[in-house]
Amino acid sequence: MHPVRRQRLILVLLLVALSSAAVALVTYAMRNNMNYFYAPAAFAAGEVPMEKNIRAGGCVVPGSVVRADDSLDVRFALTDGRAELEVVFDKILPDLFAEGEAAVVTGRLMPDGYVRADQVLAKHDENYTPPEVAESMAAEASCADGAKI
Amino acid sequence: MAWQWFHRLGSPRWFYQKTSAWMPWLALASLLLIGAGSIWGLGFAPEDAKQGNSYRIIYIHVPAAFLALAGYYIMAISGAIGLIWKMKLSFVVMRAAAPIGAVLTFIALFTGAVWGKPTWGTYWVWDARITSMLILLFLYIGVIALSRAFSREQVADKACALLALVGTVNIPIIYKSVDWWFTLHQPATIKFTEKSSIDPSMFYPLLTMVIGFYCLYAWTLIAHTREKILQREWRTSWVQQLMGGESATESKAG
Repeated sequence: MHPVRRQRLILVLLLVALSSAAVALVTYAMRNNMNYFYAPAAFAAGEVPMEKNIRAGGCVVPGSVVRADDSLDVRFALTDGRAELEVVFDKILPDLFAEGEAAVVTGRLMPDGYVRADQVLAKHDENYTPPEVAESMAAEASCADGAKI
Repeated sequence: MAWQWFHRLGSPRWFYQKTSAWMPWLALASLLLIGAGSIWGLGFAPEDAKQGNSYRIIYIHVPAAFLALAGYYIMAISGAIGLIWKMKLSFVVMRAAAPIGAVLTFIALFTGAVWGKPTWGTYWVWDARITSMLILLFLYIGVIALSRAFSREQVADKACALLALVGTVNIPIIYKSVDWWFTLHQPATIKFTEKSSIDPSMFYPLLTMVIGFYCLYAWTLIAHTREKILQREWRTSWVQQLMGGESATESKAG
């Protein structure tokens, strides 16, 4: 390789390496803000500000969904396998919302330790299976233990 | 001495003549693969147990997103080769890749929004995956804008190549964003190191679409490059001869 070209090659590689390092440092410094939501464990640890707009995400604990008889009000618990978080919501849930599936809620953390949600989004998983295959599989819930959200 | 073949590759005339024979084959392959993949994926693949039929947009969303990322590397590496070897053709490929990548990124974002409404319950969220994909769109648009911002073509080539190279850091961020941070977007379905989490009956049509999109990308990139070659080289005798020979039927040079 011609020495001039070799020098230009090194300059190009340096440009890519240094700009990547700069971006890596910035994203590392902002790593907490890069998360779209807080996990229930962050609520348990007291890292989440009270009565501010925040998002929480986790697996809907199977058996925890309780609906009111006379209104749209619904309560459920989110888990990440380490802690549980109580959520209260009063609007229509998305179609894919289900027990044992992940969900992301936007709302405020109330002094009593539960989240009053304005919006609930279903976070579907990366698995695609035909209905007959899904039926034959023993564990249908994708995140029942909350280990993966 | 060993680099001679590489420099011959950089000749626009050589490229134009060599690729003439490829074009119909690439067009035919992309037409057949995308046609077969669409019919297979939309009509014959089973529906998803949880999402029903709405998951079928994956057959457009995933191939478009794949090529949007791969196309960025093609653009940036072409720019790097142009900077290092001062190769005209390489810069032409870089410029041709920018609008194609922008369109593919837009398709990925748009189909993602359409898919998000029935599944997540929203068209758009500012999570790490979607935001970094939007930055990719802006990078592509930035390269297009820079390529037209200078009156001297060589200055524009260099500026575009530098922006494209600095932007490469975004590609691994897009790819790994769903693993590094909490996002609403689910992690990757097609994995290269372990078993993919999609049923084979749904995966094979997707694979057909991905290969079809690669063919279509190659066809579009080469066609766009050939057009730009004619524009840049219109004064040279070989282009004049080509245009003269094909007389008034040839409107590409304009």
